[in-house]
Amino acid sequence: MMSNTPEELKYATSHEWVKADEEGNVTVGITDHAQDLLGDIVFVELPEVGSLVAATDEAGVVESVKAASDVYAPVAGEIIEVNEKLNDSPELVNSDPYGDGWFFKIKMSDSADLDNLLAADEYSEQCESE
Amino acid sequence: MLIFERSQPGRSSKAQAPNAGLDDSLLPDKFRRQQPAELPSVSELQVVRHYTNLSRNNFCIDTQFYPLGSCTMKYNPRGAHKAAFTPGFLQRHPLAPIEYSQGYLSCLYDLQEILKGVTGMEAVSLAPMAGAQGELAGIAMIKAYHDDRQDTARTEIIVPSAAHGTNPATATMCGYKVREIPVNREGDVDLDALKQVVGPQTAGLMMTNPSTCGVFERKISEIAEVVHTAGGLLYYDGANLNAILGKVRPGDMGFDVIHMNLHKTFATPHGGGGPGSGPVGVADRLKPYMPIPVVAKEDVVFCWLDQEDLPKTIGPMSAFMGNAGILLRAYAYALMLGREGMIRVGEFATLNANYLAIRLQQAGYTLAYPTRRASHEFILTLAPEEKAYGVTAMDVAKRLLDYGVHAPTTYFPLLIPECFLIEPTETESVEELDAFVDAMIKIRGEMESSPELLKSAPHTTPVRRLDDVKAARELDLRYAKPVQATQT
Repeated sequence: MMSNTPEELKYATSHEWVKADEEGNVTVGITDHAQDLLGDIVFVELPEVGSLVAATDEAGVVESVKAASDVYAPVAGEIIEVNEKLNDSPELVNSDPYGDGWFFKIKMSDSADLDNLLAADEYSEQCESE
Repeated sequence: MLIFERSQPGRSSKAQAPNAGLDDSLLPDKFRRQQPAELPSVSELQVVRHYTNLSRNNFCIDTQFYPLGSCTMKYNPRGAHKAAFTPGFLQRHPLAPIEYSQGYLSCLYDLQEILKGVTGMEAVSLAPMAGAQGELAGIAMIKAYHDDRQDTARTEIIVPSAAHGTNPATATMCGYKVREIPVNREGDVDLDALKQVVGPQTAGLMMTNPSTCGVFERKISEIAEVVHTAGGLLYYDGANLNAILGKVRPGDMGFDVIHMNLHKTFATPHGGGGPGSGPVGVADRLKPYMPIPVVAKEDVVFCWLDQEDLPKTIGPMSAFMGNAGILLRAYAYALMLGREGMIRVGEFATLNANYLAIRLQQAGYTLAYPTRRASHEFILTLAPEEKAYGVTAMDVAKRLLDYGVHAPTTYFPLLIPECFLIEPTETESVEELDAFVDAMIKIRGEMESSPELLKSAPHTTPVRRLDDVKAARELDLRYAKPVQATQT
């Protein structure tokens, strides 16, 4: 089964997706490929709103029946919002990884960080070679 | 059904009740219960049946093949149990003066010496009560060492991605930041990645060798040199010591501190079957920081070394001294093996693993590291089977239960998709190994002919497939006593 990798998003090698808006804020979640590998998600730990993160810092944890994995901040900045719904409904990460299953929003300190991320086809290629 | 649910008001076992004639007048009021303890009210026969039936539902090494990788679930020889049950050991009080404990202390002293010899370390403390506590003691010693030298800029512990999950957890518990480094496609640590992350901030590197990939780390000497040159120390996770016992010594590989799981390598009970034991071994420079107490010999007298003797110790790990009964079992096991037998443990564990690996490969299964010789354990990836038949590693693991085999470790290490980590240990005969291969061949046939049989397995166990997702999402860990009508 092929994973869904939307064209309009950017991707980190550590399997997060990033959606940037015009004000320099980004929404972050984990990819369809990542949720598929992890299996049924049972717990999500989110960062604190207001905390500062550097790119590739650990910013959360996602736990499935198989494994626990860190979720990394793909860009540097301040956490401005987290998806509280995941506390009670972690399964949203499985059912809608690019929508209701988002993790947190970062106010970017440097939008040039986006240039270090992968495009959809590059990320798909990475997943293929794993 | 819990034994509390069998309870009937007023029922008891008179024959097992305390002697009614006891004089308890010396017990002060403040220590007396105001409410009776909530114990189940059942007869003696009900208790016997309840626990006997529970034990019959147990899938254990005494009844079945148990190829659980990275856990080394090996047979616990009855002779070691018997030795630990010697009345002199059983009735020894931990606070008894040492002149009445010389026999016991001499056993522990000998055990320290045996563990030193077989691991190549300079000193051993038996104090840690389990593997995780041994890890904690080990990293605490690394921290104490750097702190003692005022080398406080060392804030990071490096951990390869194939590590046991306890390694990063331990480093974090000790206040370190964890730096993960990848392993390459042959299962070796990526030496270039290591060189990039080491530096003046490196406190140490934690490694399991052979790793959880089931292969021996071939560049261990270079790794040790890179870490030592940067001023860091090397920690050896002893979870896989069984593979190399008596053949290669962590001390000779350059490790500064190690923990050993006596409940794995030295065949004492574990996995719900008994308390653990995680002695630590150290190189010369970490000796001052060892957890106390340590057994010493002065002339012909054995004694405890405590805080006074080791003022820089990281401290005690428990109220007394390790798990006495487990240490004694490990000692008896080591004596039964002797120096020659100790070497054969690693040889046969490795032979058994490689025999299984080759036979399963011939049967069509895919080895995760086909170019490498397996150590005491090896990994299959069931990703091809998942693709072809939609059958997962979990389905195969569950189906094995129907064939009377305990499931191997699945989905660990995380690096390998549809991972199946198999460790037969040295105590299994070739007939048992062949029976396991036969079961895996049959299951392979079923994948094609009737995959549903696998997806709904197990079919013959007292409890069928459990809903592990529901169990994790809706935790239910306490027994709530049903509310009864008020008693008058």
